[in-house]
Amino acid sequence: MTAGAPTAVASAHATNGEAPPPTPFTKEEDLHAYREMLLIRRFEEKAGQLYGMGHIGGFCHLYIGQEAVVVGMQMAIAEGDQVITAYREHGHMLATGMDPKGVMAELTGRKGGYSRGKGGSMHMFSKTKAFYGGHGIVGAQVPLGAGLAFANKYRGDGKVSLTYFGEGAANQGQVYETFNMASLWKLPVIFIIENNRYAMGTAVERSAALSEEMYARGAAFGIPGEQVDGMDVRAVRAAGEKAAAHARSGEGPYVLEMKTYRYRGHSMSDPAKYRTREEVTQTREERDPIERVRVRLMRDHDMSEDELKGMDKTIRATVNESAEFAQNDPEPDPSELWTDVTVEA
Amino acid sequence: MPTDILMPALSPTMEEGTLAKWLVAEGDDISSGDVIAEIETDKATMEVEAVDEGKLGKILIAAGTENVPVNTPIATILEDGEDASAAPVSAKAPEVAAPAETISATQTASTATTAPAAIIAPDTSVPEGTTMISTTVREALRDAMAEEMRADDNVFLMGEEVAEYQGAYKISQGLLEEFGDRRVIDTPITEHGFAGIGTGAAFAGLKPIVEFMTWNFAMQAIDHIINSAAKTLYMSGGQMGCPIVFRGANGAAARVAAQHSQCYSAWYAHVPGLKVVAPYTAADAKGLLKAAIRDPNPVLVLENEILYGQSFDVPEMDDWTVPIGKAKVVREGDDVTIVSFSRGMTYALEAASRLADEGINAEVIDLRSLRPLDTATVIESVKKTNRLVTVEEAWPICSIGSEICQQVTAQAFDYLDAPPTKVSGADVPMPYAANLEKLALPSAEDVIAAVKQVSYKN
Ligand SMILES: Cc1ncc(C[n+]2csc(CCOP(=O)(O)OP(=O)(O)O)c2C)c(N)n1
Ligand SMILES: [Mg+2]
Repeated sequence: MTAGAPTAVASAHATNGEAPPPTPFTKEEDLHAYREMLLIRRFEEKAGQLYGMGHIGGFCHLYIGQEAVVVGMQMAIAEGDQVITAYREHGHMLATGMDPKGVMAELTGRKGGYSRGKGGSMHMFSKTKAFYGGHGIVGAQVPLGAGLAFANKYRGDGKVSLTYFGEGAANQGQVYETFNMASLWKLPVIFIIENNRYAMGTAVERSAALSEEMYARGAAFGIPGEQVDGMDVRAVRAAGEKAAAHARSGEGPYVLEMKTYRYRGHSMSDPAKYRTREEVTQTREERDPIERVRVRLMRDHDMSEDELKGMDKTIRATVNESAEFAQNDPEPDPSELWTDVTVEA
Repeated sequence: MPTDILMPALSPTMEEGTLAKWLVAEGDDISSGDVIAEIETDKATMEVEAVDEGKLGKILIAAGTENVPVNTPIATILEDGEDASAAPVSAKAPEVAAPAETISATQTASTATTAPAAIIAPDTSVPEGTTMISTTVREALRDAMAEEMRADDNVFLMGEEVAEYQGAYKISQGLLEEFGDRRVIDTPITEHGFAGIGTGAAFAGLKPIVEFMTWNFAMQAIDHIINSAAKTLYMSGGQMGCPIVFRGANGAAARVAAQHSQCYSAWYAHVPGLKVVAPYTAADAKGLLKAAIRDPNPVLVLENEILYGQSFDVPEMDDWTVPIGKAKVVREGDDVTIVSFSRGMTYALEAASRLADEGINAEVIDLRSLRPLDTATVIESVKKTNRLVTVEEAWPICSIGSEICQQVTAQAFDYLDAPPTKVSGADVPMPYAANLEKLALPSAEDVIAAVKQVSYKN
């Protein structure tokens, strides 16, 4: 699936998320994936709780249900590869190794937050972890991510840019402007469509033409695409490795459509009346990305219930610590209002 | 009666050109559509086709003549039976005059200024004895980019037609040849997309120069200029700088109507996180663009198509830069302060020299930068003159002039002897018709009238 458009897309179509089962994970890999995904889930649950208590304001978009996408992709890439996404980015930040304390403190608008309290839930960055945001304008991160890839190619440093966006954002014009240039210039970028079925209250069938084939959206530009079970961390890693190898070898961009699902509303204020309770429950019961790894850990890797509970406890402690910090850390000094508008030349 | 063949314009803003070559001789028969001559400007070469039929009478402008104003008769066509000695249509043979006076009839009269170089006060930052070289704004911008690209491999240029075509307005002439296609990059016509890609590359530490063919088209990219480039430093608590330059032609061009003639000065000067410059002279264009490329922030360079071809003295220095955020007093006077920028300076300076003939000495300030805005220089001047007139081509509501008037009123109220006054473009979309377009733009006469108004000399 590395050649020109038509064949690539045709074969991608054939796989349709049912590619031959990806290489099984070792115990270490499953443990790693489990720990990373659970950290995101527990962190998001805590954020939801703090939001309900009034400690977090504004918009707050949780990543619960989609954990396997970012964790699998992080397992597929190399140190220094960049990550950029939209406002549903708490999971991406934790997966790139950013400190939960700094993330949570940004949610509460405190001094110790990654943006010193000036960005909030939707706008966080870490240059040291190669995390480039955190963008509040739907679709804007797509050309920005291609710009990171442009810099990689310009410097010849072998890095790949992971540019994530929702299936709703996939309808933006700038996405196609970017596909065109990324393919034309063979930029090392992986476009990851997180198809969680909804853009706020709009189901993908109601907003996207050919909504079953979002992975083929790059076809007209000669960009190979693949549909991936985004609830299976192993499938994500396998697809990610292939796409990264493609991008890194100078063959240009790749599209990965991750079929995933968000369990919570679009943001904290969304009661999600546009879908049935059964739909959510069924997905949770049958496709939950964390549960799938948990089962494997016990069945294939001889982990005991107690051992897994112990892990959960450690993760909860980390999350609680971040919540404590986020509530006790002072608000930014009033003088911060005026800083970081421009850099001193 | 013989018919005149006139010097044609290659573009709406062309004022003069070189008659490079005659492809026909006196006495040749020509029919419409025949290529009869070649003309050149600093931007392009074009073939002149005959529109009329007949015999070529007299060639009035010899091949190789430079600075031939648009609409000058260059030859005559004879009707049947006429001979070349028949009187040409024009009463007197056209003069091919010095550049400063070669303003075509089709241009607004108010652009017909005396040579700016003679008026503008020497720059105090130029060491005495520095050689001055007459340079067009176009060349100055190109030189600025070339110098900075030589000095820093992180600097690159992207935009529509910047590479192979050498720039839609020929600003990037020669850059592809010198720097190659890794650093001089033609983009598809996708402003939203490439403004975003440039911004992302700047987040990653490169120093892109993004050229918009004109700022009108940057409306499709304004989300990235403001939401992505300007705000990210703040939203990241100072982590994510964006060292990018967005540049291109701004303001009214000539006869291209509403969608292609708009001044965005106030739009962008409004935005914290951006720096905005709008040079008038070639020296400022060069020095400010160099400073913009080096600046770690997003800097917008609002150029002006009509100024591209105008020449000014540029100091011959190894590294000529102009600080962003500093206005310049270009003409000293005690009676009134006239504040302008970019092409507005043309009207301001012409008005000042005509007012001087009437005994009114205007101090003229070129803002050069619109954000940060050097209000201190303006206020200092108003404290001396007690009167203020602002001049710009933009619309009047919420304009740069509005801001200057407010700042001066707030900070120098007690010094004012009259309410500050704005001269601006008319509050309408730019019309196409020549007469209406002229009415929609400010003129030296408007500036003179405003000065008299604030001086109670009407
Ligand atoms: C340009 C723009 N239009 C509208 C919005 C409001 N908005 C925020 S999120 C969203 C839905 C996006 O859905 P999708 O891309 O599928 O991402 P998801 O929220 O599912 O992660 C909308 C319409 C916005 N932020 N930006
Ligand atoms: Mg969605």
